[in-house]
Amino acid sequence: MANEILAREPNYLEYQGKHKGIAGWLLTLDHKRIGLMYLMAIMVFFFVAMTLGVLMRLEMLTPGETIMKPQTYNSVFTLHGVIMVFLFIIPAIPAVFGNFFLPIQLGAKDVAFPRLNLFSWYLYILGAILAVASLFSGSGAADTGWTFYVPYSIRSAQNVTMTTMAAFVLGFSSIVTGLNFVVTIHRLRAPGMTWFRMPLFAWGLYATSWIQVLATPVIGITLALIMLERFLGIGVFDPALGGDPILYQHLFWIYSHPAVYIMILPAMGVVSEILPTFARKDIFGYKQIAISSLGIAFIGYLVWGHHMFVSGMSDASRIVFSLLTFLVAIPTGVKIFNWVATLYKASIKFSAPFYYVLAFIFIFSIGGLTGLVLGALATDIHVTDTYFVVAHFHYVMFGGMGIMFFATMHYWFPKMFGKMYSEKIAIIACTQIIIGFNMLYFPMFIMGYMGMPRRYYDYLPQFQGWHILSTVGSWILVTGIVFMFGNLLYALLKGPKAPDNPWGGTTLEWRIKGLPTLENFEEIPVVTGGPYVHDRPTYIMHPSKEIQHTNGDAKKAEKEGVSH
Amino acid sequence: MSEQIYSQEQASGAQAAHHTEGGHAHITGYGTYILVWLGLVALTAVTVTVAGIHLGSLTLITALVIAAVKTSLVGYHFMHIKYDNAITKIFILVCIVIFLTFWILTFSDLSFR
Repeated sequence: MANEILAREPNYLEYQGKHKGIAGWLLTLDHKRIGLMYLMAIMVFFFVAMTLGVLMRLEMLTPGETIMKPQTYNSVFTLHGVIMVFLFIIPAIPAVFGNFFLPIQLGAKDVAFPRLNLFSWYLYILGAILAVASLFSGSGAADTGWTFYVPYSIRSAQNVTMTTMAAFVLGFSSIVTGLNFVVTIHRLRAPGMTWFRMPLFAWGLYATSWIQVLATPVIGITLALIMLERFLGIGVFDPALGGDPILYQHLFWIYSHPAVYIMILPAMGVVSEILPTFARKDIFGYKQIAISSLGIAFIGYLVWGHHMFVSGMSDASRIVFSLLTFLVAIPTGVKIFNWVATLYKASIKFSAPFYYVLAFIFIFSIGGLTGLVLGALATDIHVTDTYFVVAHFHYVMFGGMGIMFFATMHYWFPKMFGKMYSEKIAIIACTQIIIGFNMLYFPMFIMGYMGMPRRYYDYLPQFQGWHILSTVGSWILVTGIVFMFGNLLYALLKGPKAPDNPWGGTTLEWRIKGLPTLENFEEIPVVTGGPYVHDRPTYIMHPSKEIQHTNGDAKKAEKEGVSH
Repeated sequence: MSEQIYSQEQASGAQAAHHTEGGHAHITGYGTYILVWLGLVALTAVTVTVAGIHLGSLTLITALVIAAVKTSLVGYHFMHIKYDNAITKIFILVCIVIFLTFWILTFSDLSFR
């Protein structure tokens, strides 16, 4: 009977509400459609920023001018950073997959504030338009790097104000999304879903959302102060007026360091979803992984000073921040070891998303360990502002969050679009991406160690061999990415219909038949066990039919569910 | 069934809100407000006086401590935090702790530079 009802009810893509056609998307309050709108916008900006990255690599193919002038190069690396960080890395997993899957995984009909959710999408678009418009208006795009360091950002004749304004608006969007998720997780969990029965993706988003709510206002105020400095010369940061430029760096990193955990925690959450599915066993150390997300978020607040070891900060402060930095390795290590332990003696199913996760663990571990080189005071001084930092950052951010974004797409694609892609091509593309990635970024560690400074458009001839290797790597990587997206796009248009649960996933989204409907569930399910239990059902999808005489009492229903 | 549970939750939420509104109905005498105001004026006078004395590195700390006391007086009495429910107080406390953490770590730089 349930199937008949489902067959009649249109899925979220077919649903015709008050508005039809394009307005049905632009005015939708459905978390799934908003998630897809984010996906489309984010993909556009990812490709824009990727193109800028490829152009930068092309410029570095030969010493001196290759394809662009130094001033253009400065603007290109700034925009590459601003777009990638604020328009792709920060929002990608929470805004796309968090929006789409968080309510479903919690057994809710939508997020807590659907209108606020749509509003945050419009804020994102406004911020994006400002960022792109800064390219073509005023005296050209900002050339300060994505960090907007003073005093240069105050004095630069380029269009810094508009770019900072873009980041300001995007931060607002991020806060609104974070707030929405915190309330959703607190208030909309299905009956029986206790905190420690939540999927680990939800835990990752929960930790992330708190950082978004608590840290983002700091960057908002700081960027606003930059604008005030430029227009009114208030002298908070400008040394010529008695201001303190190091204060800017403090304020910037008070947000921007926790922000790197905004970037990585949702990705780690997805790792914890994909591993138990393909290991076909319960995750090892569920509670430790859940708590370590909060641990990373907490310690992440206290380590910002490690970006400033050579800024002229006091020695006492440098020692304190270096020590605190090493503490982050503990909860991160807890996660990595638990993931690996999950794979131990598992009957692993080698599918495309799993390959991407393995790539993530390998690449992210290199990124994490080189982070310790940068966190140690003595070694950091040697490699500060060199390609070593660029390599480390790309290993953790692109290799961490970027690769996991690809993994997430492959994992949830069948549930989002109801189509199946070619796994063979996905795995070939994954292999190509891993080769290209390492060829592009690993030489940067070596160059950085040898002294190649970052953000320079020119270099000494001794570095050319490494630069050529790196640039060729960028071509391999980009063709791999295009190949991967081509495969998904082809599946979207012409792929075969996906089964309801192609991977054997155990969380709620996989219990839905076909594509989710407008309200996700016919009835709010009752949860009777942990999220990754493979040997028995832990969700009652139609409590009113499956459990009698409970009178809507979740605890009673749960008891019956266990014996059910 | 679950909707029933939600509506129960909402009902208890509404009750809580009602309770809070009831809490705001406290009537504070003019005497208290005037005393707090006099306290604020006195602290302002102290700030101005202290600014004239050379306390070296303590100047900044003194000014900030006085400002913090004044802020708490305003928040507690004029903004009615005194009558707010526990969860609001906890959230304010959490924000203060986070702010102080940022502040102390930043001053670990400034004070030893």
